[in-house]
Amino acid sequence: MSILIVVEHDNRAVRDNTRAVITAAKQLAGEGGRITALVLGDACEAAAQDAATLPGVSEVRLVQHGALADRLGEPCAAVIAEQAREASHVLMAAGAQAREWLPRAAALADAQMLSDVLQIESPSVFVRPLYAGNALATVESNDAIKFLSVRITQFAPCEGAGSANAAAVVAVNSEAVASGDWSQSAFVEARESDLTRPELTTAKIVISGGRGVGSAENFQLLERVADLLNAAVGASRAAVDAGYVPNDYQVGQTGKIVAPDLYLAVGISGAIQHIAGMKDSKCIVAINKDADAPIFEVSDYGLVADLFEAMPALEQELKTALAKNAGE
Amino acid sequence: MKILVTIKSVIDPYVKVRVRADGSGVETDGVKMAMNPFCENALEEALRWREAGAASEVVVLSAGGAQAVDVLRTGLALGADRAIHVNTQDAPLQPLAAAKLIAAVAKREEPKVVWMGKQSIDGDYNQTGQMAAGLLGWGQGLFLSAAKLEGDAVLCESEVDSGIRVLRVKTPCILTADLRLNEARYATLPNIMKAKRKPLETLTADELGVDITPRLTVRTVATPPVRSGGQKVGSVGELVQILQSKKIIS
Repeated sequence: MSILIVVEHDNRAVRDNTRAVITAAKQLAGEGGRITALVLGDACEAAAQDAATLPGVSEVRLVQHGALADRLGEPCAAVIAEQAREASHVLMAAGAQAREWLPRAAALADAQMLSDVLQIESPSVFVRPLYAGNALATVESNDAIKFLSVRITQFAPCEGAGSANAAAVVAVNSEAVASGDWSQSAFVEARESDLTRPELTTAKIVISGGRGVGSAENFQLLERVADLLNAAVGASRAAVDAGYVPNDYQVGQTGKIVAPDLYLAVGISGAIQHIAGMKDSKCIVAINKDADAPIFEVSDYGLVADLFEAMPALEQELKTALAKNAGE
Repeated sequence: MKILVTIKSVIDPYVKVRVRADGSGVETDGVKMAMNPFCENALEEALRWREAGAASEVVVLSAGGAQAVDVLRTGLALGADRAIHVNTQDAPLQPLAAAKLIAAVAKREEPKVVWMGKQSIDGDYNQTGQMAAGLLGWGQGLFLSAAKLEGDAVLCESEVDSGIRVLRVKTPCILTADLRLNEARYATLPNIMKAKRKPLETLTADELGVDITPRLTVRTVATPPVRSGGQKVGSVGELVQILQSKKIIS
């Protein structure tokens, strides 16, 4: 097996989700398999050096080109398809970046990609969700090169650094990017949320609010508790649609998939599309004033209460409890 | 300017899906079908562009058996000018095969823009638009919550993991719709009647020169383990105590 991992990075370091992808890659590689990390971008050599320290990575291929600077789908997919030729599998963490790059790369390689792989049964048999996770399909791929995005919540991140010697970083000249015309798309601007809290998909604790929170201002009730617990803040689609929080807060079938140690759902009724995004959390707690809300059917602990009373109370209780712990 | 819109028939999003007891798939017999929600947003956007004078013709495309014809009639009732049905009977159609059909039709029709839903709520792949764009060598504007036609390019606001990213994508291009793009209209009765007289062309995969043989073999489809509800707690204090005693917070 020869596994190619396409790494997400910010030019300086690889994203945390890479470690879960490596766990999946190790399952596929088995004994004697080889894991190669592909780092593409422009002026991103530091990220390649970082990737070289990851456990299990035997080589890092670095493709740098001006056309890759903005990580646009058209050139990046062409490079991935080109670099995949020797691989048995091409892996990325499921997410927006993989959705932009990998299906296009797979099509260029005439392969049917597998999205959101949950389990690897064998090098050609995989489990993936259908219908917002209400059905799980076990599918066999007949393609020579298998393109997979893997759900990072289902693969424990690999720990530690690689062997004493970091893997070799090999700079590769990509004919595909050098020879192409990449005028199809141009980057205009990014409107990113200020990320002062942990990232949703890798946070240990997530506190999400729904339509019941009522306004953008009221989300502060959740944010104050989140800050006490070093938690990420998420939301249901209803809360995003209502404009309380930006789109990147959305947890659910078409938003982000999370599986933290603790998921606290506040004022969320529990539409199946939302539950699809958080049902693999280790512990789910729901606060809702409607005792019949479907969210309670998937919650380990439920509190039937008005969130406008419960959240300030929770903040106080936590402050007291955490102060007591700190004092002990 | 011509816009091609791909639409798909799926199990109605408000119907609870049931996995067949023999593990062969999801029960579809006698189940209510509907247009995939993301496709509704794609079609709505195309219709608005035509109504604003930016497009002259909206053509809807669907592949499949009789249900594809039904969804095309719905598309015509919503306001599309004509329809193309690629009759694949009820053979399974995976994203790569669907993308090849779309690319083949796009080459015949030469639209300036192909609007698609970002994913369908049955297979949940989120691949077909990107694949079709790759096969055509066109630009891709994905998961759009806003799109504005500016001359020979479209200003695209994509919903990505870190927020919104704005790209300028030249036509011809493939654009995929997210739910926040717009609010889709409903078909009115007079328009449903009128739709019956609008042109609907039928093609086959063979005529388009596309091999739709599935690359993925489905071995089984199963119901996931159901998470059972736990206990109700009486107060915030009790909740904090439990979470602490279970070492979930510390």
